Amino acid sequence: MSANDHPLLDVSGLGIRLNTSRGPAQAVREVSFALKRGETLGIVGESGCGKSITALALLGLLPDSAVVSGSIRLDGRELVGLEDADYCKLRGNRISMIFQEPMTALNPMHTIGHQVAEPLLRHTGCSAAEAKREAIALLDRVGLPDPVRRFDAYPHQFSGGQRQRITIAMALACKPDVLIADEPTTALDVTIQRQILDLIADLVAEQGMAMILISHDLGVIAENVQRMIVMYGGTVVESGSTDAVFSRMGHPYTQGLFRARPRLGARKGMRLATIAGTVPELADLPAGCPFADRCDLVIDACRAALPPAIEIGDGHQARCIRTDAALARVPVGVVA
Amino acid sequence: MVQAGAPAPNAFWRRALRHRSFTVGALLCLVVLGAALLSLVWTPWSAYEIDVASKLRPPSSAHWLGTDVLGRDIVSLLLVGARATILVGVIAVGIGLTCGVALGLVAAAQRGWSEELIMRFSDFTFAFPAVLSAIMLAAVIGPGMVTSITAIGIFQIPVFVRVTRGSAGAIWAREFILAARAAGKGRFRITVEHVLPNILSILIVQATIQFALAILAEAALSYLGLGTQPPQPSWGRMLNDAQTLLFQSPSLAVYPGAAIALAVLGLNLLGDGLRDLLDPRLARQR
Repeated sequence: MSANDHPLLDVSGLGIRLNTSRGPAQAVREVSFALKRGETLGIVGESGCGKSITALALLGLLPDSAVVSGSIRLDGRELVGLEDADYCKLRGNRISMIFQEPMTALNPMHTIGHQVAEPLLRHTGCSAAEAKREAIALLDRVGLPDPVRRFDAYPHQFSGGQRQRITIAMALACKPDVLIADEPTTALDVTIQRQILDLIADLVAEQGMAMILISHDLGVIAENVQRMIVMYGGTVVESGSTDAVFSRMGHPYTQGLFRARPRLGARKGMRLATIAGTVPELADLPAGCPFADRCDLVIDACRAALPPAIEIGDGHQARCIRTDAALARVPVGVVA
Repeated sequence: MVQAGAPAPNAFWRRALRHRSFTVGALLCLVVLGAALLSLVWTPWSAYEIDVASKLRPPSSAHWLGTDVLGRDIVSLLLVGARATILVGVIAVGIGLTCGVALGLVAAAQRGWSEELIMRFSDFTFAFPAVLSAIMLAAVIGPGMVTSITAIGIFQIPVFVRVTRGSAGAIWAREFILAARAAGKGRFRITVEHVLPNILSILIVQATIQFALAILAEAALSYLGLGTQPPQPSWGRMLNDAQTLLFQSPSLAVYPGAAIALAVLGLNLLGDGLRDLLDPRLARQR
């Protein structure tokens, strides 16, 4: 289809300034990515790097005091500065989100059936009976056992994994174009994690949605998305197809992140590699490269200005002026 | 695994009747309500007739609980007094609850300057004792039950504003609210469907406490001559009348005191029971 050529979601030059108790903080700067229909994008990075806040910005759910600059376009329509009433019509309908904590993402006072059927009633204008039938079908699809009987049960009567299945059903109720999954498996057991991720992947493929999967787990990203961006200090430090990034990491931070992951079969007594230093405070991010203070390849020019994104492969970019040096050292990646 | 299913109305009542504090509370409240209704059609003696010759009689077959300093029958006074108590309590708490909860919910949902405005307004109201606003109201519309109800009601508003704002603010920070917003719900719908049900139990408990305070405030206002006017009896007035005779006949204070205590106890138990019954997490199903 030719319609597939232009991006469904186009984020360019996104910046988010938050008002914190310690003064204004530029939590996100210069974040750009595009997502086609049916494409999956991973956002990886450690806590506080701006992953979740970027996701909230896509949904227009930032605190009132946040200032958003740049542009977010959904099907060509500008979302930055959209009236809240108009945004309400998009949320849950065209863009929806799965949250990290299934234990708290459901309202304890309403039955799960009510909560799954609600977006259907709200956005599709179907009758209550249709919404109920559809909700039961959805709950069945996400693998909740015996959905007819458990339609009227309350969230506390389910386990964490079951609850995450319910929130997935809620998010998918209106067949959104874009699904944002913010660390959907972080709060779950490892065995359940796999099932939930597989379920999300199946549903995304089935419905032809675009998905943004946010995670701090490189393994999860590697297995579940086609393209990925690595965020650090509120900006994208590396982006490209998952295969390209994993086979040829161009940014020192991505390399450090990859070295720091624990591995099976490592020799006993071998220490995990770490990245020296700590994440910079968002309230006082350096003017230059946010990773400069922790980078072993740092030169003076790194601190002068935010480095531009440099093309290091087909659609593979790294925001680093020392990419040549980074790529030249012992190769880091799955091929190593 | 627990039995799933939304309780049908029948199941609700079955659980309600098994809930001990709910049943006891409901029973006590029904007794007070029954007394007030009964007084409309029958009292053993007239509650307004003064018979100084037979004042301060001990309990007898004619006067079951004796008579007061003006020779009025205590049982009749208690029955008629229940009316004032219920009226003042229900209406004053009703005023406080509706206005206070609405303002508190708006404050929590809107934040920003409207929250500041509402909270400072409620601080301002809070700074006026109920007695002071009652005196001001009495100066305008004259003393009486309407004055005391309005004054107590206004005094209750900031209490509910604060409780509502505080607990609603905590609910707004919960993740399911974010999920509801991500599902495309506006502030108003979230307030009604998600915030209010989750703070209902707090409000019920607060309302029962405020009801007790309203009864006591009514007593105080009556004592100052701003509330129910003689000869209209109320439990608060009876208590205050008994105060001067505490050494001669202490029982005069005991009866209205016990009546107030039982009414308040009944409401508290009812409130606790309702809280348990309305919360699906506490609805233990066997």
